[in-house]
Amino acid sequence: MPTISLPSVLTPLASGEHTLSASGSTVGQAIDDISRRFPALSPRLRDENGEPYPFVTIYLNDEDIRFIGGFNAPVQPTDELSVVPAVAGG
Amino acid sequence: MATSTLPERATGDLAPDEYLRYSRHLILPEIGVDGQRALRRARVLLVGAGGLGSPAALYLAAAGVGTLGLVDFDHVDVTNLQRQVLHGTRDIGRHKLDSARDRLRDINPGVHVEGFPVRLSADNAREIANGFDLILDGTDNFATRYLVNDLCVLQGVPNVYGSIFRFDGQASVFATRDGPCYRCLYREPPPAGLVPACAEGGVLGVLPGLVGTIQATEAIKLITGAGTPLIGRLLLVDALHWRQRVVRLRRDPFCPACGTREIRDLSDAEQLCAVKPIDDVDAVFGAVPEIEPATLHARLRSGDALDILDVREPHEWAIASLDGALRIPLAALESRLDELSRDHEIVVHCKGGGRSAQAVRRLRAAGFKRVWNLAGGIKRWSEDVDPSVPTY
Repeated sequence: MPTISLPSVLTPLASGEHTLSASGSTVGQAIDDISRRFPALSPRLRDENGEPYPFVTIYLNDEDIRFIGGFNAPVQPTDELSVVPAVAGG
Repeated sequence: MATSTLPERATGDLAPDEYLRYSRHLILPEIGVDGQRALRRARVLLVGAGGLGSPAALYLAAAGVGTLGLVDFDHVDVTNLQRQVLHGTRDIGRHKLDSARDRLRDINPGVHVEGFPVRLSADNAREIANGFDLILDGTDNFATRYLVNDLCVLQGVPNVYGSIFRFDGQASVFATRDGPCYRCLYREPPPAGLVPACAEGGVLGVLPGLVGTIQATEAIKLITGAGTPLIGRLLLVDALHWRQRVVRLRRDPFCPACGTREIRDLSDAEQLCAVKPIDDVDAVFGAVPEIEPATLHARLRSGDALDILDVREPHEWAIASLDGALRIPLAALESRLDELSRDHEIVVHCKGGGRSAQAVRRLRAAGFKRVWNLAGGIKRWSEDVDPSVPTY
């Protein structure tokens, strides 16, 4: 089962967990799965049409999913997804 | 040593006292005398003398960077001191550039400090950046980050990037000749209100220390040509759980800045990147009815039946709170709607009004008709109504 790693800013929306296991064979299905389980997380991961935001980058292992098929990119059980939202603090 | 990718300037021998001052650099083969001379010749512009700019400026001055430019329009505030280590308690109220200049001069009197006491804008950015070899982004808002990025791409100057929020940090080097830029990573900024600022969400004081020193390290590597800079790579740090990783960044051929080059000047870039004004946010998310703190105070004094809902986090309640408020953190709101009366008027508040605006939208969507957002949150309540309520 692939895992999804969240930044600390999003963990309160996932019951405090910073790493979640997700079911699915594509990135989009894995995102769907955790969005169903943690509804408050859903609008922070994708827009209302289910599309990726331009200010939230999702990595599949070390690759930006935009360059490998986006939400349709296939995932393996050992893969790690990382959610990396834009932050502007300085 | 390796060769710097930065432009060559007039050389000059190190003075005798500089051999001693920089002796720990000189005995590093990756730096050596040539690297130290390169540092002395270098001109680095730091945008922001705050959390990130503080440690970066301190270490770049100590390292012997010849000229440090500092851009900051702000004055030292007591809330800065938890992380902005360029400034001290006695500097409260002083201009940050004055405070920074004194501190940097003490660390290394051989460093020339150029101050720009203005807010970086599309109108002044090119003139300010003129003659600097690289720019270190220590800004605290998206609009200026996109401005810095586009400026670097257009001027052909590396952007030594760092950004922080709460416990998370990012660092990279953008806008080198063959590398990606910030817009390759994030094409557009988020709409205003979707991502809280540090003043609302908080930041661990030591985090800008971690990330700012990474930026200083990358600047020194670019100047001296030592090692492998974070070009095409993004360093991610989670200080809370100590997770650290480096992911690959690709240059996006459709990037409007460095790919298609449709951003041709900074006024265009500013229009593209400007954080949307609040009217646009209301258009997207729906306008939120507000009540002024003084009005709420008057209505409570007159005995009006109003429920106050506090949607901040539990650790914030311990800092300051309003008497009689029902406390439900924003993330738990939907699961606790049954605790709210649909027959009463409800005034929702948070620290500054952002989270409570989201709560008002959610409550109205759930069928609550008479819901108001407390304008300016508990901060404005403290300013306008009750100064005994602490601000934070």
